[in-house]
Formats: sequence, structure tokens, C-alpha cells
Amino acid sequence: MKLRYLLPLALFVLLASFLAAGLKLNPREVPSPLIGKPAPAFALPRLDDAAQTMRRDDLLGKVWVLNVWASWCAPCREEHPHIVALARSQPAPVIGLNYKDQRDAAQTWLARLGNPYAASVSDADGRVAIDFGVYGVPETFVIDKKGVIRFKHTGPVTADIVEKRIKPLLKELDV
Amino acid sequence: MIAEMGQLALLLALGVALVQGSVPIVGAARNRAAWMSLARPAAQTQCLLVVLSFACLTASFVQNDFSVLYVAQNSNSALPLAYRVAAVWGGHEGSLLLWILMLSGWTVAVANFSRHLPAPFIARILGVMGWISVGFLLFTLITSNPFERLLPAAADGRDLNPLLQDPGMVIHPPMLYMGYVGFSVAFAFAIAALIGGNLDATWARWTRPWTTAAWCFLTIGIALGSWWAYYELGWGGWWFWDPVENSSFMPWLVGTALIHSLAVTEKRGAFKAWTVLLAIMAFSLSLLGTFLVRSGVLTSVHAFATDPRRGLFILALLVVAIGGSLALYAWRAPKVGVGSRFELVSRESMLLGNNVMLVVAMGTVLLGTLYPLVLDALGLGKISVGPPYFDNVFVPIMTPIIFLMGVAPLARWRETALPDLARRLRWAAGLTVIAALLTGWLAGRISPLATLGFGMAWWIVFSLATDLLERLRPAEGRSVGARVRMVPRAMVGMMVAHLGIATFAFGVSMVNTFGIERDLKMKPGDRTEMAGYVFTYRGVRDVQGPNYIAAQGLVEVTRDGRAVATMKPEKRVYRVQQNPMTEAAIDTGFTRDLYVSLGEAVEGGAWIVRVYFKPFVVWIWGGCVLMALGGALAASDRRYRGARREATTGAGMARATAGAS
Repeated sequence: MKLRYLLPLALFVLLASFLAAGLKLNPREVPSPLIGKPAPAFALPRLDDAAQTMRRDDLLGKVWVLNVWASWCAPCREEHPHIVALARSQPAPVIGLNYKDQRDAAQTWLARLGNPYAASVSDADGRVAIDFGVYGVPETFVIDKKGVIRFKHTGPVTADIVEKRIKPLLKELDV
Repeated sequence: MIAEMGQLALLLALGVALVQGSVPIVGAARNRAAWMSLARPAAQTQCLLVVLSFACLTASFVQNDFSVLYVAQNSNSALPLAYRVAAVWGGHEGSLLLWILMLSGWTVAVANFSRHLPAPFIARILGVMGWISVGFLLFTLITSNPFERLLPAAADGRDLNPLLQDPGMVIHPPMLYMGYVGFSVAFAFAIAALIGGNLDATWARWTRPWTTAAWCFLTIGIALGSWWAYYELGWGGWWFWDPVENSSFMPWLVGTALIHSLAVTEKRGAFKAWTVLLAIMAFSLSLLGTFLVRSGVLTSVHAFATDPRRGLFILALLVVAIGGSLALYAWRAPKVGVGSRFELVSRESMLLGNNVMLVVAMGTVLLGTLYPLVLDALGLGKISVGPPYFDNVFVPIMTPIIFLMGVAPLARWRETALPDLARRLRWAAGLTVIAALLTGWLAGRISPLATLGFGMAWWIVFSLATDLLERLRPAEGRSVGARVRMVPRAMVGMMVAHLGIATFAFGVSMVNTFGIERDLKMKPGDRTEMAGYVFTYRGVRDVQGPNYIAAQGLVEVTRDGRAVATMKPEKRVYRVQQNPMTEAAIDTGFTRDLYVSLGEAVEGGAWIVRVYFKPFVVWIWGGCVLMALGGALAASDRRYRGARREATTGAGMARATAGAS
């Protein structure tokens, strides 16, 4: 067998190994410039009661999780059980940022699938999401007691991310 | 019930595909006629089952059956009927089903139109196509079942992605897939020939029309995608070097090389191993394209189709299909003869040169597409290779290709004299330089890059004209009319397709150099002037669509005081998915497009309005249409049909001789 006829195969094996390595990587895992920086300030009406306003500073002194979601977002539905499991399994509150959604639709969604959120705030025009550098729903942030962003995940969280990344981090930040 | 029927049909199709993939191939190896003859009915049955399955999914969409998860995700009761049908391939699962439908369609076409092929050969071809089908059916059934139920049913669907709610997008994926999947035919022919050891000129002649047909579909598919991006994304660009676009362009480049290489193999028996490799590569790149688009390893504007979980399965499929066929190539290709010899300056060497350049071009696109991924895999950070890379590397590669494109048709097979060639082309070369400079001058400015582009376009035109004149010049007492009739249709096809490249190059050069783009803040009554056209902005009003609301702008265009067009660009918000969509207003003309799209509303009732002047932009797609037309002419050449008749009579004579002896 002449070697030059093996060349295409060899090139392909190389390519395939890169593709295999690429599969393990996540193109969505874009380093956020916000990590290590204070979370942007916000004051938004609560989803369940528009008369009440919730601010970033209300949460100072607590470690908390911010989950950006919307009732129209299919991947949110996919990650929903993991968010529920996260909220139930440890004491840090999960705050929902309801992104560009309609109040009725959002509340129906929560009523039907279960509400994991200590509170949800309504970001109807997406302004706060822009401050947080959100570029796709869902996204998940972990914010420490001083209000600093410590972790960000773009796209639906998986059981793996909840168990291996978020929960250890919450424990480390000393809930 | 309908969904379950579709699912069942798909499962049965998998069973039939397994039979189609195994029995005929074993039959060919053991020379069992009955086993081999199973290939055709198996292909036809499989096709029927897949059609049934596809019809079931379509019915679920038409009936708004939101208890089917895929329908609920991609449709809505307010969606117009035509888009409900198009929504069948609006998502991942349905696209795969469409892929399989096309594959079974091509398989049946091969089964029905290749009656003149020897039984073992056709058995192997259909067997290989059966295996491809098995792979994709398994992929669909295991990871991406379109018939999965959603219980309880959703009250209404999440609607089709608004980007896809557009006539261009309705036909773009089917065309593209016809091309992608069509290369599976060339691939199957190549694998069957490698297994059977009958790689020869006849094999090349049988493969040619199929390859050209697939290439035509791919050309049209890519052109439609580009046209869609032009008017739907609202940026006025027609090509973005986006990974998804690249993954359709790579098989096209290799397919183009394959078409030309097959010509040499058929005429001269040369490049056999290379041609087979190209056939494998063209289909492999189609598979790779599917992997890149479907697995989510790369981010792209088309990222709505991604899902990392499915990546592993496609990668496995890729490794088995491509790795297997390349291993087969490494094992069998060394036994293929080299064919007839040729000199350094000959049509063979020029076609080989172009072949290599096209593959190099494909390699640079592949590199640019995968480079970010490779860097990421090596832990060197995340980067993005944008249009600057491709623009820089592509021009230097295309220039020699276009030059050779003009020369090669005039060169003789085996050996040609360089001085003779130069003498015959001297008029074409001179006219090219003059015409290129003149075009720039007429357009208003002579720029180096545009002159190079125009030069390429005119070089193709003038060398084609030289070729045509030499062919038609009356000789041996024949009239011009008789000479015209003697030009074979495949030759006419080649000329039309090359003219398409010229048209394309002309359009690209014009748009890139002389296009004007302006982003303006406009209040009602504001006007702007470009290239002699005066655009007057009249304001924005709200309009209602079937499933969206829109802000519709009104821009009046005049030239020398006369009304040219009334343009109504829209900014739509689709009710269900809530994302804003730009609907540009375009006034298309033979020599220019006027393009207006709405940006954002700003304070004081003003809007950001994008006003573009695009000279000769339709020539870009017109060129693609000419290429596809040329391909269609070449593929329908009588010679391929004649070959069939010849083969039948040949077989008949063989039988007659056998009977006589």
C-alpha cells in the first residue's frame, strides 16, 4: 500500500479528533467581562405583584442565583427541572429575571410547570438584561454577598452544571 | 394517530434500508442474481415508506396538531398554510426527515434510470445508498424523532422562526439538500467502483450526469440562501462567510472540481484515483456540513439549529462513513491504473491545475471555518475568523483559476503548444485589458481590485468567444449553421456555466467597489441623494400582518424629478416569538438595486434608515442561475442517453452472440 493513498485518511482522522474535542467544548461558554464585577443595579416590578419593586441592593448580604427566563423560550422549559432541583436542594434564593415576556403568559407558565423562584422580576423591555450582558435566554448568574457576579452560564443549565459548577460555588461562597 | 403512522413508516423504512444495504452487496460479491435484483424493489419500497412518513408529518402541521412536540415547537395556528407546510423543515427533526426523503428520492431515480448498468454494479450502488439511509434513519429515530408526542398538548404552537417565514426560505433548504444528498450518488458510484474494481472511463460517463445534476441543485440552493440573506437580514450583504454558508460552499467547490475531473477520466482515462477521492470528498463535506450545522460545535447566525447532544451521533456517523470510505480508498486506489499519459502543457494538466486550486480553495474555507474550533480545542482561546480572512485569501486563489478557465477549453488533450495557445488567445487578452479598464472608467473610478474583477469577467467572455469562433469558423465546406448544430450540448452547457461565472464576477466587483451604503437618522420629510436617486422619507405607520405587527416606513424615490419607486420597508414583531424582524424594501433592476431598511426608532419620531445603492447586484444570482442552467444543459446531453442505447444494443448483441454460439 502506497503511503500517499493513506494521506486523506490520516488528514480525516486528525480532523475528526478536533471535531470530537470540539464537541466537548461549549461555544456558548463565552467568558463574560462581568465576572468579578458588581452586578448591575436594577429596580424592577415583581412578576407576581407589579406594585412591589425589587432592587439589587435588597439582596446584598445574600448569595443568590439569577436565572433569565421567558415563557416563550423552549430551552427554558428544558432547563426548568434543573432550576427547580437547584432551588430545592440548597438555601440560596433563585431570582428569576423574566425577559421580554407577558405577565399573564409568564404566570401561567410558572403555575403549570412549578415555580422555583424565590421571586421573579419582570424585565419587559429587556433593559436590565442588556446591563447583564444577556445575549440569549436562558442565562444563569451566581452573585455573592457583596453583589459581585461570580459565575455565568449561557444557554440551558444541565444537571452536570448544577451539580459540578453552581452548587460547589454556592457552598464555597458560604451560604 | 397520524404521527404514530409516520413513526411506524419510518421504522419500517429502516428495516427495508437494512435489507437494501446488505443483501444486494453480498449478492454482488457471491454473484447471486436474485439477491442483487432485490436492490431496486427495496429502494422503491423504502422511498414509499419515507414519503408516507413525510406526508404524515406534513399532515400534522396542516392540521395544527400541537400534541406533536415538533409541530408545537415550529408552528402556530395563526401561521399561513404555505408556511405551515414549509415549517415541516423549519427545525432540526424535520430537516433530517427532508434529508432522508431526498436521499430515498435520489436512490429511486438511480434505480429507475440506470437499467443499462451491470447488475452487480447497480446492486452495490443501491446498497451503499441504503447504508447512508440506515445511518440517517437511525440518527432521526434515536436522537431527533419528529413524531414525539407532547402530552398534554400545547394550546398553541411556538410559531415558526420568523426568519424562516419567507418564500425564499421555503425552497432554499430543499434545493440545498437536493445538492448535498445528490452527491451521495457520485459517492455511491465511487464506492461501488472501488469495491468492484471497475473504475474506468465508462464509470466516469455513468457518474457525470448525476454529479452535474446534484451540482446544479447545490448551486441554486446556495444562490437562494445568499439571496435570502440579502433581503431578509436587512444588512444588504449577500455573503457573510458564516459557518453554515461555508459548509454549503465547500461541497460546491469540490463538486465543481469533481465535474471537471470526471470529464478527464471519461475522455482520457486519467486521474482515476483523484476523481474517486473527489467524489468521496464532495459527499464527505456534505456530511461534515450537516455535522457543523446540526451539532452546535460552531456558533453562527444560523444557530437556531444547534443541539450539542446530537453532535456525538453525527460524529460517529461521519467517522464510519468518511473514515470507512477513505480506508477503502487507501486499500483499493493503488490498484487503479494511471490512464493515458499527458504532457505538462495540455488540457489535462490545466484541468488538474484548476482541480487542485479548487481543492485548495475548499481547504482555506475549511481552515477558516474550523480554525476557531481548533484553537479552542487546543485551549488557545476563543476567536472568530471573519470575512477579512476569506476576502484576503480568496482573491489570490480565484485569479489563477479564472485564468486557466479561459485557456483550458482551447487547449488540446494530451499535448498542446504554448506559443500556439498564446497566439490564439492574444485578441482575447488584449480586449480583456481594454474592456476591464473601460468598465471601471464608465462606472466612475478605476480601482485595482475592481479592475482585476472586471478583468476576470471579461477574460472568460472573450476566451469563450474565441473558442466559439474557432468552432464555428466554416471549414471543409460546411456552413456555419451546420457547425452550430455540431457543437455538442455538453459544450454549450460548459460555455453557459462559464458565462455564469463571468456574470457573477462582474456583479461582485460592481457591488463591492461601486455600491453605496448609508445609515441615516431621518425625520419625515428628510431626503438623501445617492447615484442620482433622491430618497425622501415620509414617516412610519403601524400595520397588521396575519401573525405579526409591523412598523411600515414609506420612502419615495425620484430621479431627475420623476418618481422611480415607492418603498415600504418594515420592522416586524411576530406575536409569538416576539423578536423583531427586518423586512427590507428592495427595488430591483437589471443594472442596480435600491435597498431601504428600517433600523431603530430614535427620539422625536425619527428612525435610523439604511439606504443602499447596489449596482448590478442581481448579476450575482443571475450568474448562479446561468451556472445551474449550464449544468442542466450538460447533464442532459444526448451522449449520456446515447450511451444507454449503445449499452442496450451492446447487451442485445452479446445475447445474440451467446445464443448463436
